[in-house]
This record gives sequence, structure tokens and C-alpha cells, in this order.
Amino acid sequence: MKPADPNTAAGAPGFARGSTSAVLARGLNPRASGEPKARPLTLIVNGRRLRLTTRDRRKSLLTFLREELDLTGAKRGCGIGVCGACTVLADNRPLRACRTFVAAVLGRNLTTIEGLAAPDGGLHPLQQAFIDAGAIQCGYCTPGMVLTAHAFLLKHPEPGRNEARRAISANLCRCTGYQQIIDSILAAAPHYRKKE
Amino acid sequence: MDEMKEKAWRNDAVAKVTGRARFTDDIKLLGLLHAVPVYCDFVHARLVAVDTAAAAKSRGVVRVITARDVPGSNRCGQILKDIHVLADDKIRYHGDVVAVIVAETRSQAIAAAKRVHVRAEPLPEILDPEAALVPGAALVHEEHGTNLIHRHVIRRGDTARGFAESAHIVEQEFRTPFVEHAYLEPEAALCHMRADGVIEVRGSMQHPYSTRRFVAEFLGLPLARVEIVGTPMGGGFGGKDDTAAIVCARTALAALLTGRPVKMTYEREWSMRESYKRHPYHLRYRMGVGTDGLIRAIQCRIVADGGAYCSTSPWVTWRSTVQCCGPYVAPHVDGEVLSVYTNHVFTGAMRGFGSPQVNFAIEQLVEIAAEKAGLSGVEFRRRNMVRQGSTTVTGQVLEGHAVSMSEVFERVLAESGYETKLRRSSRGRGEDDYYGIGLAMSYRGVSLGAEGTDVCAAVVSVQFDGSVLLEAGIHENGQGAESAMILLLAEELGVDRSRIIYRRPSTSAVPDSGTTVASRATIMGGGAVSRAAAAIRLQVAGAVAADLGCRPEEVRFAGGRLTAPGGRDIDFAEAAQRLYRDQKYPYALGVFPAPRVDWDESCGQGRAYFTWVYGCQAVELSVNQRTGRIRLLNAWAAHDVGRAVNRAMLLGQFYGGMAMGAGYGLFEEVAMSGGRLRSLNYDTYRIPRSTDMPEMTAIVLENRDPLSPSGAKSIGEPANELMAPAIANAYFHATGRRRCQLPLGGEK
Repeated sequence: MKPADPNTAAGAPGFARGSTSAVLARGLNPRASGEPKARPLTLIVNGRRLRLTTRDRRKSLLTFLREELDLTGAKRGCGIGVCGACTVLADNRPLRACRTFVAAVLGRNLTTIEGLAAPDGGLHPLQQAFIDAGAIQCGYCTPGMVLTAHAFLLKHPEPGRNEARRAISANLCRCTGYQQIIDSILAAAPHYRKKE
Repeated sequence: MDEMKEKAWRNDAVAKVTGRARFTDDIKLLGLLHAVPVYCDFVHARLVAVDTAAAAKSRGVVRVITARDVPGSNRCGQILKDIHVLADDKIRYHGDVVAVIVAETRSQAIAAAKRVHVRAEPLPEILDPEAALVPGAALVHEEHGTNLIHRHVIRRGDTARGFAESAHIVEQEFRTPFVEHAYLEPEAALCHMRADGVIEVRGSMQHPYSTRRFVAEFLGLPLARVEIVGTPMGGGFGGKDDTAAIVCARTALAALLTGRPVKMTYEREWSMRESYKRHPYHLRYRMGVGTDGLIRAIQCRIVADGGAYCSTSPWVTWRSTVQCCGPYVAPHVDGEVLSVYTNHVFTGAMRGFGSPQVNFAIEQLVEIAAEKAGLSGVEFRRRNMVRQGSTTVTGQVLEGHAVSMSEVFERVLAESGYETKLRRSSRGRGEDDYYGIGLAMSYRGVSLGAEGTDVCAAVVSVQFDGSVLLEAGIHENGQGAESAMILLLAEELGVDRSRIIYRRPSTSAVPDSGTTVASRATIMGGGAVSRAAAAIRLQVAGAVAADLGCRPEEVRFAGGRLTAPGGRDIDFAEAAQRLYRDQKYPYALGVFPAPRVDWDESCGQGRAYFTWVYGCQAVELSVNQRTGRIRLLNAWAAHDVGRAVNRAMLLGQFYGGMAMGAGYGLFEEVAMSGGRLRSLNYDTYRIPRSTDMPEMTAIVLENRDPLSPSGAKSIGEPANELMAPAIANAYFHATGRRRCQLPLGGEK
């Protein structure tokens, strides 16, 4: 059985700043109501259901998250889906927001770095592990790196060091040499086992 | 594994791990406009006209800016003011910017940029530094009179005599490529004019004071009317100096001309195209060794491709000059290091700053010489390395600090099992993957040395309730500089680190303290913090010493309390309050001027740096016989850092430096074609991934440096400058083939 997500399974995902006003703006947009009903017109971001306009759906997911929802944790590093700084999770699978159109993730459950901590701001054990292991330097790759590691640990709560190393091989970091990031993934792994 | 596993701490960790840290592009302002640069497809050309009419009429465009709109000076530079912030007379490289489009949205600005038309007359392209030096060659900067940017020499003894005394003479050429810093965050700037008439600049840069100068001169404003506000930055590695400052200057002009806030965020392709790189070097060496295995003479000629602008080339090549012979004693030396203008992308500061190139050469050359002299590389290094009291090739006597070259070297030999593994190395024999181990070592002058004025300031003020505000003239590049300063101050004042807040840095608050490069943050910033803390201690102790029954200088600061020798004590916060009640303020400016150095440029002799960091790294690898693919198996690094201030961050510098060094050794190279970059993003410029790296072992040596008030030296660059030659030596021990051109991977 797939282990439960230690955060979102609790049914209390965090609301990011700025998202409320964005939802209102979408809700008031008259064009949203004229859409055909065949496909879902909504997107779930950090547990919050958002209604989308046609224009929204044509945007890149990264632009939508950053510009419309003010969720700036996902970073733009290369714009071609190579560096991984824009990684977010869709149904707990990592995807490159810079190379994904909003239309491609309609109806899916997205998690950004802003949705990983508890609603009261309490850090997720993986976030705490990144801090404790010294895995953070400039911090630009960190949100994508944390989410990639989170998705990996949900599937593999008992990883070896080499597996952890391979899990982040598609996320670039220029500061750390990766060693302390791998340390933090291994340190956080027991928390994923407990929730099973 | 590593020596200690205590929990790491840094002041910005929570914000960065939750996505709350707002980098420049994450910030929005009301009425924000978006700016983008405009390039043209010339490499060297005389500019005839920049036609912006069509772009100006494009949808959403508010303003198109060209060189004609610059109110101040269009020239900038830290050494020579040869950078044309907006191209005016010529195009000197493919990354020159001819105009800036300012529009309501970013996509409108990008669309309009395509409608700028540039007319120019192509000029002969100068792409080979040696050809650029031939008399009569076309000039990149006519007013400079020559394509030679600078020439450093080093002359010691008499090399003719040295070679005559030598039993073995070896000669070798080496080449290194253009290398990209590849910070994950591309350049960005956000500027607005405040009500008080000050242009406020946020941006991704590592030299706020130089940015302030560039912006002020470009806009024709006094320094006091430009304020650079510290903003989280996504990596620099030396690369967010000139280009980052220029991006800020253009954005500030857009804000000035439109009266609205303006943001300019670079795409990766623009960043790679325009930003300066690490210098490619062509190095030619000759070394003579006596029958006793001692180096008698070294001759070298090194030519660096400076690209279109001077930038920091004279400083980068100066460090190469001082360190061109590695950490070895040589009585007779004759060398020159030239930096040359070409129409390539310009080159400047990058982590290592002129040392990675010479280390790649000299650390292979000593092994080549050792072999010829019938000695092992280990024995040869033992005989020739600098030791306590040695005189360097620039005539500097190494004293006043622990010269720990031998200590770091022997530690790496022992921990890596070097000599056993060396005997097991394939040397091109066997049918499976070749296997080999190799090492390299260096000494590195700390901070700027004789490059320039080296001084740093810090301000400490204690509040009424005993909380403390700290700011220092160093910049948080991601390395954890702010956290190191907080930890040092906490220790000096004997208070918990949670009491101390590092203020959002501003160039308007702390005196110009230079650039956060040259691995100088901890030693220089730490020095300034120590001095400010000493002044604060005297002030606070002075207010309570009488009550405690002792003299102010006898008061001990620890555990959040002030304690007299007799045992009477008082809470730190209470002592601070007492001071305020006495109408005195616990406030101090600490200034740390680097100890004096001296330098004679005519012969390249002098006391180049006030202290040195000693380091050694080893790497174990395999080479696939069929594909030539190199796989790193293990790596070790030992560095004498003086003192570990923040251990986890220190280890992060070890690992990150080694990874970047491994990329340099294995596959990093900016591909060029006729002056145009072919590597413009991470798909065509490969940096190390997690799976390219082996497990790394960090060996931290701490011989406190008496010339550093905090005892700490530096690590950022030492960790970065040794991996490539260590890989090259391991490659040789594995395959029996000497490779003298970087990068080494990917070729059979």
C-alpha cells in the first residue's frame, strides 16, 4: 500500500498568501462561466480548489502560479525543463511547471512548496531535515529539491544512499555538491515510514 | 564520514525551505513595468543606427531606451571604464546590448524587442588572443591602443643559471576553456524612485557597492541617491559582479525615465550570452629539477582571453602570477601572464579567480617532472613544498601563521589510503575499466592581497531590551555569510544567537566595504564584527563595572550575563538598559583593515597576501576503456580554514566547491562558434548532477590565524581549485595518458 502523504493526508493543507484574492478574481470573471462543462475547469492548489478562465488555462503553470496566485516558491531557472527549480507536485508526482500548461493539469491536485508546511506554519519533517543537515545555501533550487525528495520518499520510505542520490539527479544545484541534500533525505525517511 | 554531525543553522533557512524567501523576481510593486535587453547578431561591428521606431509603437511599450538616453556616463568598469552599458559606437561581442524595451508586461517587451533594427558595418573578428597581440591586428578598443589588457611578470633569481644547474628539464603546454558560473538564478533587478529622491535598487548581485557606483555614474547621481537593498540571491560564484551591476544600472535608468517601478529578469539564454565567464588560459611551462629532486627553475608564459571588456582581468591574472608555481619553493622563476582583448564574451571573476587554471597546469607539471627525476609525486611534493619560514616565488617569507601545507597533504594521503591505491592504479593495463587515484594541492592567498584596498566595516547596536542588530559590509551570496557573522557576534558578546538580527543590508547604512568575493567574507567581515563587538563590550561593561566591583576590561561576557572576576554578575539586557538610562548608546562601528601587503609590479616580487590557506584534494576514479567515460568513485579534501565558525556551512563550501571543480575537470565548457555562444542553457552546458558526484570526505584543519581577529580564514575558493588537476592526475594513473586540456570527460 502506498504510504499516506504525511501532510496532505491530514486534510489540512496550507493556504498560500495571495491565493484568496486570486480565487476571487477568477470567480468574478464572467468568462469563466461560459465554458463547456465536459472537462474540469478547476485546479486544486495546496488543497484549495480554484476556478480558471480560458486565459489562465493557456498559461504555463509556472507563470500562473507565480503571477496569478503569488506562489513564488517555484523558481524559473532555465525555462526548458532541465534544472528542476520550478518543480511542483501533481497528485504527488513531480512535474516541471515551466514546461506544463495549466490546461494539462486541470482537476489534479497540485502541491507547491508553500503547501508543504502545516497550516500553522510548522515545518514538514523533510523541511526540518534540510535545515538540520545544512542542505540549503542560496536556496534557489531548494523548493524544487524538497518537493522532488518528498515525492520520492512517499514512494520509497526506506531508501538507500544511492537511491536517494538518483532520486534528485534531475534537479540541479550549483551550491551544495548534493551531499548534505542526500543526508537530509535519509534523515527524513523514518518520518515517512511512521505514517504508513 | 564527516567529523561532526551537529545540527546546522542559518538565519534564512526557514524562509528558503518554505518558499517564503523572496528573490528579486518574486517581488511585485504597484504599477510595475517590465524591461528586457535587446541584442543584435554581430560579433564585431561599427554601429550605424539603432532603429527603435517600430518597437516604440508596439503594443504595451512605454519606452525604448538607447545609449542616447543615458544622463550620466555610459562607460563603467571596476578597473578600466571600457564597458559600454548600452552599445553606442561599436558592437564588441555578441552579448552587447543596444537597447532596453520597457513595457506594461514582460511578453509585450519581449515581442517589441524583435522589432528593433540594428544597422552596423562588420569589422574583422578578433577571436584568438595570440593573433590579437600581433602588431597591426584590428583593435577591440581603439582608444586603448593595443589589445593587451595587462601584462604581469614575475622574476626571481636567474632562470638561465637555474636551468643550467638542472639535471632534468620538462616542458608542457596546457589549455583551459571558457566556463560558466551557472548560478541557478539568472540576473534580475527591480528599481524604483522613492519619494526622497533616492533610486532604490534590489537585484541579484554580489557586489552592492560596485553596483551602487555603476548605477550612480550611469544615472549621473551622487552615491547618496542610490541605495542597494539586500535581497536573497540565487548563487553568484564570482559571476554576479559586473554583469549584475550593469543589469541594475539599465533597470534603474528605466525607472528614472518612466517614473514607475521597473523589473528586469533575465532568461537563462540572455544570462549565458551576456554574462562574463571564467578566463580560458593557454599555459606554457618549463621546469628544471636538480639531481637532488629540488626544483631549480620555472619558466612560464600564460595568455588569458579577456574577451571584449577588461572587467577584473588584471586582478584575476595577478593571482595567477603569484600562484603560477604552486605551493613550491623555486629559486629561479621567470614568468609572464597576459590578458588580451578579443571579441569573445568577456571574462572576469569566477570562484578560484585565476587559480584553477594554473593549478591544472602546475599540479600535473610537478608529477611529470617527478617521473623524469625518478621520484614519486608524493616524494617530489614533500621535497619541494613550502613549509614554515619558506620563501615563496614572490619573495614572501611565510611566517606569522601556521604553514600547514605538509599537514593537509599528509592527512589526505592517510585518509584516502593514497599510496596503496596508487600502486593499484591501472596505468593503462587490464581489460576492465581503468582505475586510478590522483591528488593536487595548493596554497591560496587570502582575500584581495595587493589587488586593491582591502577593508571591511560592521555596525553593531544593542537595543534597550538586550536584543542586538548587526550589519556588515559583506553580502549573503548563499554561502551563509550572514549566519557566520551572527555566530561570531554571539560568541563575542556571550549571548544566544537568537538575540541577534542581521539587518537587511543596505549600501546606505554601512561604509563601502568592497566586494564579497575572494573568499573574504568570513575573515574580513568577521574581523570587523570582532572589532565592533570589542567596542560594545567596553561600553556595556563601563556602565556596570562599578556595581560589579571591577574594571570594565575585567568583565566576562558569557551565557547572556556579564560577570566580574569576583563572581558578581548582571544580565546582558539589564546592563544595556542601564546604559540607555545613563544617556549612552551601545552602538559601535567596527572597521577591519587587512594587514599591509606590498608588491613591486615591475618584477612581480613582494608580500602578496597577509595570510594563506593550505589545501589538498584527492580523487579516485574509473575510466571506461571503450567510451572514455570517467566516473568519480571517492573524493577527499583537507583545508586549513583557521577556524570553523559554522561547521555545516563550512562543509557545504567543501562539497559545493569540489562539485564545481569536478565539473571543471570533467565536462564544463562553453561551446563557441565564431564568437557566438553555442551553450546557452543547461541542455548544452552541463553542470554536475547528483549522480556525477561521489561521496566526499571533508577534513577540516583548524590552525587559528593570528592575523584574523576571529581566527578564521576562508574556504569558498580553496575548495574549488583542486578537483580538476586531481582528476587529471588520477586519469593519468588510470590510463597512462597525460591530458593537458580541459575538460577531460567525453573524449576517448
